[in-house]
Amino acid sequence: MDQMKNPYLPELATVVKIIDETPNIKSLQVVFNDPEKMKNFRFEPGQVGQLSIFGVGESTFVINSPPTRMDYLQFSVMKAGEVTAAIHELHEGDVIGVRAPLGNWFPYNEMKGKKILFIGGGIGLAPLRTLILYMLDNRADYGDITIIYGSRTPPDLCYKYDLEDWASRKDVELILTVDNEYPGWDKRTGFVPTVLNEVAPSPENTIAITCGPPIMIKFVLQNLAKLNFNDDHIITTLEARMKCGIGICGRCNIGTNYICKDGPVFSLAKLKALRAEI
Amino acid sequence: MAPAGFLSKKRMEDFLKEIGKDALVHVPVLEGNVVVFRPYGQNQTINLERPANAPPKAVIFPQSDTFFTFRFIKDPQDPKKVSVEINPPSDFPEAIIFGCRPCDAKGFKIYDKVYIEANGPDPYYMGRREKTTIITLACPAPSAGCFCTALGGGPAEKDGSDILMTDVGEGFYLEPVTEKGDKLLKAQGVAQLIEDGAKYGQEATKRQKDTHDSVKKPFESINYRDLSRDLFDDDRFWEEMVSKCISCGACTYLCPTCYCFNITDEKTLEQGERLRSWDSCMFKHFTLEASGHNPRPTKFKRYKNRIGHKFLWYPEKYEEIIACCGCGRCIRYCPVSVDISEIVSNLRKTE
Repeated sequence: MDQMKNPYLPELATVVKIIDETPNIKSLQVVFNDPEKMKNFRFEPGQVGQLSIFGVGESTFVINSPPTRMDYLQFSVMKAGEVTAAIHELHEGDVIGVRAPLGNWFPYNEMKGKKILFIGGGIGLAPLRTLILYMLDNRADYGDITIIYGSRTPPDLCYKYDLEDWASRKDVELILTVDNEYPGWDKRTGFVPTVLNEVAPSPENTIAITCGPPIMIKFVLQNLAKLNFNDDHIITTLEARMKCGIGICGRCNIGTNYICKDGPVFSLAKLKALRAEI
Repeated sequence: MAPAGFLSKKRMEDFLKEIGKDALVHVPVLEGNVVVFRPYGQNQTINLERPANAPPKAVIFPQSDTFFTFRFIKDPQDPKKVSVEINPPSDFPEAIIFGCRPCDAKGFKIYDKVYIEANGPDPYYMGRREKTTIITLACPAPSAGCFCTALGGGPAEKDGSDILMTDVGEGFYLEPVTEKGDKLLKAQGVAQLIEDGAKYGQEATKRQKDTHDSVKKPFESINYRDLSRDLFDDDRFWEEMVSKCISCGACTYLCPTCYCFNITDEKTLEQGERLRSWDSCMFKHFTLEASGHNPRPTKFKRYKNRIGHKFLWYPEKYEEIIACCGCGRCIRYCPVSVDISEIVSNLRKTE
């Protein structure tokens, strides 16, 4: 069995940095223990990985650093279940397991020359972040980039360091919102789908990419339809409980498609063909 | 391929001992009032008359299987630094399944598509599959709920077996099906126990045909395109069909074609293992997400997924093969008598 590739064996990696993003979200920057593996590792924006806490288990997270910045891989983890709670207990220097890359990715080549509209909510910015940073690192290839991002309260906004950078850049339009007024908050208030309506971006030559809580995605998709975005030009990423990450174990399928393998990135047109309930 | 042979029933135990010299032989054993596959040993009552209550799928796809063991190693200089050592199993045992039914053997063919062909070989499945020889007994009589012939199988179907045995009264007519089976029959110790089978061929064929004709057919044949997508997508259909289901999962655990699994970790202070274990899509927790969201929150959605997987999506992906072998176990042993063959019959388009 030595010669056979074993898809279930995690690669050992060390946590080099932990960032407290929000009161319940941490980001880990990890580096494979094997320098050769780190040097040769390739992935595409939108692909995911399985993080292992040995003795607790595995969970799936998107690689939210871009493939253009390979000093480390970054994952963001909201404390929700057993594995995520264990991840929140990690310290810098701790060893974890990583199975990556898994799944499909954003069709970033087909987006070249187009205007890009990102619509994110809460930790849903994670999969968008990898693509945003990839596009900023290849800025000339893409048209106008607009980012609409919101969370419940200002402390719940992820990647504040990126938000500051994007706000200061001339080649990105960043529109931030929080659900309700909050002391010291001088930007928009209101839910992300409502803000999308207010901003009313033109669908012309534009690809919309959205990720966030299911309820947000549901209304964002409705509002994009009202703005006359074509189903082919709307892209989202799906989540599901996953175990194997390679399309076998049977949890994350929508009909013949497995979110872990054939996703997590789907166009709305594809999802409608799959009769997915979103 | 060698011509068919004959094994006298008087020599069956000698045969099992002989083939057991180089491999672990799994035989159907009567325990209490159930027949289950167990490693061949002493003080067993081998039962070939009844199909085993549970298929022998665990021989190749164990109910619980170690992916790897791990060990935490503290740095003697810096106790805060802990590294991890991972050890996957290096080898798998030679095994023989003796006396399963053709439907059981067909189950492994269903697994092969998923575990070997479509996603790259799963090293654990492949490791055991390659080392396992399947000696099938042509089904002597159908049981309640059997419907293999409606799904294109049959009580003497050879596909999936390495050797097909047919009970011809005082012994078994043995037909090698694959090179692996042929090799086993030609091995010196085994060959000594086998007689020429030529004169039993006619009787074997007759018995095979008699059983074939006695298998009930809830429908003549089936293609996944025959199923009504409108009914499939109608919640009321599932509410009507499976309102009595209690989500116990017995159907999936006893199914020769169900292969969904869970991955979990077990550990003590310094070491542990990561395991793959059978899981069931009938359980609410199977798809329950940490957020509380569940894409299949009701038993109706879960049962619909099970039927969808076996009768629509698997055949759509894999050469129109229906991922059900008609063994009837889920019908026989369902505590509330949910009948998959009836549900599929109802799903078929009426012209």
